[in-house]
Amino acid sequence: MAHAHESNTKRIWFVFGLLSIITTVEVAFGIVRPDFLFKSHFLRMNLLNWLFIILTIVKAYYIVWAFMHLEGEKKSFRTIIVAPLVFLILYLCFILLVEGDYVYEVFKNGTIKWNF
Amino acid sequence: MGATVTSHEHALDGGPGPLGATYGKMMMWFFIVSDALTFSGFLAAYGFSRFKFIETWPIADEVFTHFPFLHGTEAPMYYVALMTFILIFSSVTMVLAVDAGHHLKKGKVAFYMLLTIVGGFIFLGSQAWEWKNFIKGEFGAIETKGGSILQFVNKEGERVALADFAANLPEEREELVRSKGTWFMSEGSLPSVSVNEVVEGFKNHPDILVRTEQIVNKKKVVLSREESLKRLASAHYVVEGANLIRNEYGQKMFANFFFFITGFHGFHVFTGVLINIIIFFNVLLGTYEKRKSYEMVEKVGLYWHFVDLVWVFVFTFFYLV
Repeated sequence: MAHAHESNTKRIWFVFGLLSIITTVEVAFGIVRPDFLFKSHFLRMNLLNWLFIILTIVKAYYIVWAFMHLEGEKKSFRTIIVAPLVFLILYLCFILLVEGDYVYEVFKNGTIKWNF
Repeated sequence: MGATVTSHEHALDGGPGPLGATYGKMMMWFFIVSDALTFSGFLAAYGFSRFKFIETWPIADEVFTHFPFLHGTEAPMYYVALMTFILIFSSVTMVLAVDAGHHLKKGKVAFYMLLTIVGGFIFLGSQAWEWKNFIKGEFGAIETKGGSILQFVNKEGERVALADFAANLPEEREELVRSKGTWFMSEGSLPSVSVNEVVEGFKNHPDILVRTEQIVNKKKVVLSREESLKRLASAHYVVEGANLIRNEYGQKMFANFFFFITGFHGFHVFTGVLINIIIFFNVLLGTYEKRKSYEMVEKVGLYWHFVDLVWVFVFTFFYLV
């Protein structure tokens, strides 16, 4: 392990600053909820939610790469960990969210009123 | 003890294994991968239920509005943001401990581990406080015969608590307790007002309206006075706060998911703190000093960062989106 004896404190504080800034931005947007983002949609989800999800993935990347120090591991090891997660989580989201939307349509257009 | 020598060790005895990582670290990573998939399953299930009831799901900004020492002020998000910062900061102290471990600085490792443990306890306390507010509720609501939740607002659209307008009727019902009922019959504590008192009080206060669960144009729909009275005719149950059966915020599933996902995460934080404490004492006792390797600190560090990582996603999908 070549990285074992160099100090990473500078990078740690840099990542901490970055994560703090991203969280602050998220919270600010969450409180203000500007209409131009909140009420315009892309792929049936509003732009504000897209922004939140992208910022979250950026945060996740920095936590895993810098704090969990995956950037110092071998490429094969990184792939073994990240690839199944990316594939399975995308698959899970796809299958469940599409199904949830389908059930919503059924409730909405069905003849039986379920909640009154 | 074979673990006191670091070089020329067998892979199964703490030496380097395949893929340039030791077996201990690799197994911690594999555990994290499987645990990450568990949490993904929970959050995706939450997404499923939310998409299913997309037009009636509670709006998080209106549910989580409490902040310590600021009573009555609407402070959406501030508190969870604070909790996020606490957890990120404890992640930083953890990674600093790992870094100090690489330089075999025992005192520094112990100090940063201690800070991490303190951060974990603060987070757990914050979560307990959050749960307390969620369970207690603030305004109360009426459940209809069909299972919808009706909330009450004034003419300006501000929420009104049941106690503020409910009539005081000369009726009383005793709570059924185990000692007075037939075998194994009991019930939860009775709400502070009865359905009749709420309905009568509503009739006496012409400036109060019913707010439904329906979301149109990003806002919950407020009914007119006539429609409100019509909806209240099917009032069935007074809901105050939240439990696993019903909650005053709206969809029944909402409280279940809240309790389950934040609870499961909180359980992870709790075990993380326990493991951190064990490793902290090992550091103090000089176990890793003798081993000339602080890899155990690195391994619990991985777990601790994972807990932080999960919170980042819970924060987004429960409070922001």
